[in-house]
Amino acid sequence: MQPALAISQLNKTYEGGFQALKGISLNVQPGDFFALLGPNGAGKSTTIGIICSLVLKTTGTVSIFGCDIDTDFSQAKQYVGVVPQEFNFNQFEKPIDILICQAGFFGIPREIAAVRAEKYLRQLGLWEKSHVPSRTLSGGMKRRLMIARALIHEPKLLVLDEPTAGVDIELRRSMWDFLREINAQGTTIILTTHYLEEAESLCRNVAIIDHGQIVQNTSIRELLQQLNKELFVLDVREQLTDCPTIEGYPITLVDGHTLEVEVEKSQSINALFEALSQAGIHILSMRNKTNRLEELFFDLVEKNLSTGTSSSASSLSGASND
Amino acid sequence: MTNQQKWIAFVTIVRREIHRFLRIWPQTLLPPVITIVLYFVIFGTLIGSRIGEMSGLPYIQFVAPGLIMMSVITNSYSNVVSSFFGSKFQRNIEELLVSPTPSWIILLGYVVGSMCRGLGVGFIVTVLSLYFADFSIHSLPITIGIVLMTSLMFSLAGLINAVFARNFDDISIIPTFVLTPLTYLGGVFYSIELLGEFWSKVSMINPVLYMVNAFRYGIAGISDINIVWAFSMVGMFSMVLFFVALNLLEKGSRLRS
Repeated sequence: MQPALAISQLNKTYEGGFQALKGISLNVQPGDFFALLGPNGAGKSTTIGIICSLVLKTTGTVSIFGCDIDTDFSQAKQYVGVVPQEFNFNQFEKPIDILICQAGFFGIPREIAAVRAEKYLRQLGLWEKSHVPSRTLSGGMKRRLMIARALIHEPKLLVLDEPTAGVDIELRRSMWDFLREINAQGTTIILTTHYLEEAESLCRNVAIIDHGQIVQNTSIRELLQQLNKELFVLDVREQLTDCPTIEGYPITLVDGHTLEVEVEKSQSINALFEALSQAGIHILSMRNKTNRLEELFFDLVEKNLSTGTSSSASSLSGASND
Repeated sequence: MTNQQKWIAFVTIVRREIHRFLRIWPQTLLPPVITIVLYFVIFGTLIGSRIGEMSGLPYIQFVAPGLIMMSVITNSYSNVVSSFFGSKFQRNIEELLVSPTPSWIILLGYVVGSMCRGLGVGFIVTVLSLYFADFSIHSLPITIGIVLMTSLMFSLAGLINAVFARNFDDISIIPTFVLTPLTYLGGVFYSIELLGEFWSKVSMINPVLYMVNAFRYGIAGISDINIVWAFSMVGMFSMVLFFVALNLLEKGSRLRS
């Protein structure tokens, strides 16, 4: 079976000499829900830009379901739908017109386009706003409008560049459900996001890109298995004045009722609880301090940083501009 | 893309362009009509009645074809330059760039959309001019042929301007400093016979002169220059501009990074 996306030795050097991509190779299988992660300026948006022809590659090949974007340009584009990071529709046009026009650019007759536009606007909760100027939509609605527009030609590969950036939690969850549904129906999805919880929750496979290079390309499960230690936050019943000491378990006293404990993968949590119990400390509740994937992400990017030049994983939670 | 799909894409672009200038008609259709009516009132009726004849025609009949052509030129140019640059500025040009629509369809779509405005304004001005001047059509094929080619040529030029433009200043520099002087010095208001031999020859490098004279010939049957030569010049300019514009779109100049 042809991969949904096959990238080989992709290089991009912008005018001025900045090398955004340094020979990346990547395969995404049909039906996958794939995360492309990386700090700001890592090359995620450049990669997506090349896939959907908004950025001209310097060297390398990209094919979509076996169609090369250079030699089989027309068919390759029919397969891809893209949701960019920034709003890029005419703010003076109505959502219904934006969708019908986009369908027209893909050669879809107006009657079919009108039916599809209604279907996707309804599915994304925008039908009520279908005839108002799109500049009057809220930020979340504009993001959903771009998803509807990307789906209007019913692509086999949907590429989303930070689709939930700036979207509130409730809406983000409903967008996740929608994307899961689309993926379950057979659409391959590639997602870039700064919310690693989002990647962990939605995606099956992941590539981490940094300084224009792929530093990790594996399944989310295998990636998480690489995690050696976790940081747990323990809420204790007693008022503590001193930090307890348990051999093999580094503990920090956060406040009178909260401890943070670092537990390695090989260590037993039962043993920790027993030791705390013997010290007269009773645990009321326990939770992970950080997102597991986030920790790994930091580790991988920091590791790459020691061989690279600038950038930093600390930009992860900031706004993306790459 | 099949031919039918290409046709749908082409019609979509043209329809969107027409819808755009109709939606903002107080900005796109009304001002040129008012401007041209003022020209008719001032140069045609008030001043024109004192000028007498020009090339054997009453002055108002002499300027009428030039004024109609001026409205076609400026509207064909300004429609595509503002629409295409607006799409670049708002980045909704990316809707087309991510689609399988070939560059030549994008080019034709924008150009035909722009011609619709240029010809539409030209038609309104022609109807209004009948109130100020009596004229009959000397040759309908020449009149229609030259007005179509002129509109095509300036739509192509406008698109090239929009591709190169980086900001709003860039889309007003060419109309202000190139298009307006060329139009005013292109024989709209006077015959080049009035100029000396030297300036008559200088005027011959102005493409607008050919268009205005060919159009005037189509309406009134008089021209300062050879009609075949005029059609050849406009055709040649249009062809060059078409391939330049197509090449820019194919390469993605100033459109793709």
